[in-house]
Amino acid sequence: MTDAVLSALPAAGSQDELESPARRALRRLFKRKGAVVGLVVLSAFILLALFAPLIVPYDPIATSWTLVRKPPTAAHWFGTDDLGRDVLTRVIFGTRASLLAGAISVGIALTVGVPLGLISGYRGGFIDALISRITDAMLACPFLILAIALAAFLGPSLGNAMIAIGVTATPIFIRLTRGQVMSVKVEDYVEAARAMGNPRWRIALFHILPNILPALLVQATLSIAAAIIAEAALSFLGLGQQPPAPSWGSMLNAAQRFLTNAPWMAIWPGLAIFLVVLSLNLVGDGLRDALDPRER
Amino acid sequence: MLNFLARRIVQLIPTLFFVSILIFSLQQLLPGDPALVMAGEERDPAVIEQIRHQYRLDQPIPVQYVYWVKGVLSGDFGESLRIKVPVRELIAQKLPVTLQLASMAIVIAFLIGIPAGIISAVKKNTAWDYGANIFALWGISTPNFWLGIMLIFLFSIKLGWLPASGYVPLAEDWRASLAATIMPAFVLGNAIAAILMRHTRSAMLQVLESDYVRTARAKGLSERSVILKHAMRNALTPVITLGALELGTLLSGAVLTEQIFSIPGFGKLIVDAVFNRDYAVVQGVVLVTATIYITLNLIADIAYILVNPRLRA
Repeated sequence: MTDAVLSALPAAGSQDELESPARRALRRLFKRKGAVVGLVVLSAFILLALFAPLIVPYDPIATSWTLVRKPPTAAHWFGTDDLGRDVLTRVIFGTRASLLAGAISVGIALTVGVPLGLISGYRGGFIDALISRITDAMLACPFLILAIALAAFLGPSLGNAMIAIGVTATPIFIRLTRGQVMSVKVEDYVEAARAMGNPRWRIALFHILPNILPALLVQATLSIAAAIIAEAALSFLGLGQQPPAPSWGSMLNAAQRFLTNAPWMAIWPGLAIFLVVLSLNLVGDGLRDALDPRER
Repeated sequence: MLNFLARRIVQLIPTLFFVSILIFSLQQLLPGDPALVMAGEERDPAVIEQIRHQYRLDQPIPVQYVYWVKGVLSGDFGESLRIKVPVRELIAQKLPVTLQLASMAIVIAFLIGIPAGIISAVKKNTAWDYGANIFALWGISTPNFWLGIMLIFLFSIKLGWLPASGYVPLAEDWRASLAATIMPAFVLGNAIAAILMRHTRSAMLQVLESDYVRTARAKGLSERSVILKHAMRNALTPVITLGALELGTLLSGAVLTEQIFSIPGFGKLIVDAVFNRDYAVVQGVVLVTATIYITLNLIADIAYILVNPRLRA
């Protein structure tokens, strides 16, 4: 018994040493059932978005007066909508708007927020105080209210909705990056890099940034989920994807008017939002646990 | 403590200043001439010029800002362009509706979230724990407008138990008022219940491993008394301050929920204002929401220090 434990220990230790941090995180991520389910569902939706035109049986935009609000049948699995369009086809095409909005708006928030957070946390002083106060001000306005106000003032379109959500999500990344930089910049390896005469930008980009990536990755995953809900909310209000182009939010808006005689119009787009957001949350939670150095 | 308080309040001033700049500059993003929007059908250049002068749109932007802030500080948020009613009156009229909804939602969130969190921590890795965690994931991932639509379908259309939309003031008929607001309040509270459950669970797990809980158990106290008297009291203080902060989230959530249930509150006010390009209203509403949120933050900070003696130094 003791022998077995002793012989197993060094093996486990050496495996840990040989493994790169990224690989270890991946291995631990795949051990979590929730995260794996999330990844599978998410990949399925990504494939649906990429190959939508090849998969769908009908045209997502063409209307048909003979097929208005037909309940689900073998020909139309999810039924048809108020203009006689196939709901399944529109749900599949709607994946594009949602995933695109999630990815692009968080991309905007990352590209603006991370450099500002790096500068703020690393430089300190007046710049830090200024950036922090602006961040506080933006975080003081409730997320959706600010996004709606911005989207409305920019004008209703999917692109403007993505900009509005991206701008609104930026302060979260500024604050997270700043906090992480503050805790990392006092570490010995940063001191060592400074002692070797590295310029500030080099230390920030090559010594600090890689060490705060895990926290950013987790936040980005969870923010994509929030951004997808926000895009659906804006489209629901008519501030996102414009008709007749399909989006889950605007489909729900139309569905609400026909809830009494065509409830299938409301079920599927909502379920699609729920599944994508759920799987992103599962992956985000799994990543957080897998990347947590305290849980080796 | 006083020192900390003073520093926190002084910090609020630049934050509020930037909030006001942010809100004021939103209006500058607006495409088109606001004077033309206000003039409506009227196309007489003299009238448009008069409107421009009356609303100081002919002045430089910093001057407009100073006038706006002066007004806001004396409680004058301007006038709705569309219905010609002072924004202050509109806010005073709509805010109580949303506050009723928000308070009901918070009560629902605490009633579901905290017991669920305690049970899942105490019965860690059992079916109870998994169930509570699945509930939390469901609550966080469900878009509240979809949940609202589904509830209307079930309880109003299929079962006919509750009205699908509309609002009755509490003072007028409390039964009808509760019937009209229970579904939207549940929709709002559900997501927050999920967040509270997660916080309660992790706080409880931490506390259950602490020395004083072990001591309480070693003294031979019943498990019930250990959990309710020793563990819970300490675990819940951070959760309650976090719950106060979620009120800000509620104001955001109220936007869509009020839209779906046709409740004439703060959220519906801002959506209507946005679509009518009634930006005096938009500015007023965003400013009031931000101020409420900042104040709640401050109160939560103070409460956190008050209940946590170790931070009081």
